[in-house]
Amino acid sequence: MADDVETAEPNSGDVDVEVGSADGEETYILRLYVAGQTKKSLAAFANLKRICEEHLAGRYRIEVIDLLENPTLAKGDQILAIPTLVRRLPPPVRKIIGDLSNTERVLVGLDLRPAK
Amino acid sequence: MIKGEKITGLPNRSLKQLEKSPTGVSGLDEITDGGLPKGRPTLICGSAGSGKTLLSMQFLAQGAILYDEPGVFMAFEESEDDLAKNFSSLGIDLEDLSARKKVLLDYVHVDSSEIEETGEYDLEGLFIRLGSAIDSIGARRVVIDTIEVLFSGFQNEAILRSELRRLFRWLKDRGVTAIVTGERGEKTLTRYGLEEYVADCVISLDARMEEQIATRRLRIVKYRGSKHGTNEYPFLIEDHGISVMPITSMGLDHHAYTERVSSGIDRLDAMLGGQGYYRGSSILISGTAGTGKTSFAAQFANAACRRGERCLYFAFEESPSQVVRNMRSIGIDLQPWVESGLLQIHASRPMAFGLESHLVEMRRIVDGFLPGSVIIDPISNLVNVGTEGDVRSMLTRLIDYLKTKGITTLCTSLINSDSGIEAGQGISSLMDTWLSLRFIESDSERNRGLSVMKSRGMAHSNQIREYLLTSSGVVLKDVYLGPAGGLLMGMSRAAQEAKEKAEADAYEHEIDRRKRELERKLKSLNEQITILSSEFEMEEEELSKITAEQDQKKAVLANSRIDMARLRKAD
Repeated sequence: MADDVETAEPNSGDVDVEVGSADGEETYILRLYVAGQTKKSLAAFANLKRICEEHLAGRYRIEVIDLLENPTLAKGDQILAIPTLVRRLPPPVRKIIGDLSNTERVLVGLDLRPAK
Repeated sequence: MIKGEKITGLPNRSLKQLEKSPTGVSGLDEITDGGLPKGRPTLICGSAGSGKTLLSMQFLAQGAILYDEPGVFMAFEESEDDLAKNFSSLGIDLEDLSARKKVLLDYVHVDSSEIEETGEYDLEGLFIRLGSAIDSIGARRVVIDTIEVLFSGFQNEAILRSELRRLFRWLKDRGVTAIVTGERGEKTLTRYGLEEYVADCVISLDARMEEQIATRRLRIVKYRGSKHGTNEYPFLIEDHGISVMPITSMGLDHHAYTERVSSGIDRLDAMLGGQGYYRGSSILISGTAGTGKTSFAAQFANAACRRGERCLYFAFEESPSQVVRNMRSIGIDLQPWVESGLLQIHASRPMAFGLESHLVEMRRIVDGFLPGSVIIDPISNLVNVGTEGDVRSMLTRLIDYLKTKGITTLCTSLINSDSGIEAGQGISSLMDTWLSLRFIESDSERNRGLSVMKSRGMAHSNQIREYLLTSSGVVLKDVYLGPAGGLLMGMSRAAQEAKEKAEADAYEHEIDRRKRELERKLKSLNEQITILSSEFEMEEEELSKITAEQDQKKAVLANSRIDMARLRKAD
């Protein structure tokens, strides 16, 4: 499935990739599924970027997949809800749905903070 | 995305009949008067194992195979492989259909343990996924089985509900004929109240245990804008999927034959307008235990086979060999017919299956054997399997089915009272001809009496007839009426018979005697005639002799006068 994503990326106008340099620590590969430039999608992206900058500076990569343009990609990651953030790496795969407005829960979802 | 305001809700549409999508499920299209509402969602709800997935898959597969309508099956519970495997045993080759792009299986995996929720979201992903699946094969049919799994996958029920409402509207806008399945709830049709989103058509499936016998039933809870059957219809999961038992003769349009078939008993045929039963009619023979119902049935079977007609015998009390043996004792040998294949005897205990299984099984056998006549002996035993209402509805369907096929059906029914009025199961209205067999007690004897309670469309005897089960079959006896006009049976009949015979004999003797006397008289007259005629001859002879003498005398006289004149030289 990862291959599909890579080939899909160049066609996607919404792909926004940021790669930080890894300093020995594992890199987070995060994939954000959206459907068009909706308010929720934009909010989710902004929230994600902020959280990554604060907690994963330099070791994360975000792929944004717009299902309106690549509808067949919804099947691969079993995407139903929009927006959905999928942590591809490190394993295991984790999913966080919603506009990521609750930073605490996003951090728990990404295993960056133990659940209380 | 297609906004379908233009597709549905056209003003001139209301004038037209609601368009239907045939399901291809045996019987269901008849109940729904043509199928599910085309281009609209239908909800199928039922408890676990009631056949929701099967019914929806049949709808989809038949649509793809029979009606050239490709379909998307979105499964929330079973993977594509499991589905393909499960349905291959029912003769639906999903792999082939998928390869030909007739059916698209899409397994949606929902696992709440992997999902964290933060903030606002919607289910646009599901819509896009379904939309892309529909577009990829040009689907006209969609099944979502079962969407309620979403309720365990997502925590925010408010979002879910609004998204579900949007989903149903979206399906309608896409103009696909959809089935959405739902699990039965405690008090509601579905656990999460899906019925409030589906306005057009709701079908409920049900598997109930009644007295250790499972019966599956289907009911159309609502069907907006269409007439539909309102009953609960039993259905069966057969080798080839679901088969619903509809009342095929909702319009009572079976053909009425004028051809007659013999009852196998000449004198009974005579009672039925002289020619026996109508072909394709239904005949009920009711009677208490031991009245010989099976014997009448066997005579009928024997006559049918003798005509070269195939006959199917459903025995609910005796095994096939027992039927053959017992009937041999009254001189009816069914064995040769069994061997030649003209007669098939199927025996089963009524308790062996549920009612609808019996019905389906009987229908299957009838379809396979294509008989001209069917015997059900006895139908009253089926009461053990279900309630009276169920039995009546099952028999209605069975008899209607047989009638539409032009099959003559003879049913026997055991009744408890000798009044003969109670037919059991209130099925007499289904029957065209009803013979009542009963014991008539008189003069410290029990004798068997037969009467034709009714026989539609023919003049029939109103006489109660005594019959005997003899070594040469059922024999109807002559009618002897007692002094008070009552039918004489048994010994009284025999006595009357003897008395009448004696009287007849005496009368005959008297006649003979008088005949002989007259003959004697005639003979003596003849003798007198002979004597008189000989006397007459003698008299006649005398007369002619006298006449001759007279003539001679006259001649002599004349001659002597001439001689004298000559001598006297007179002239």
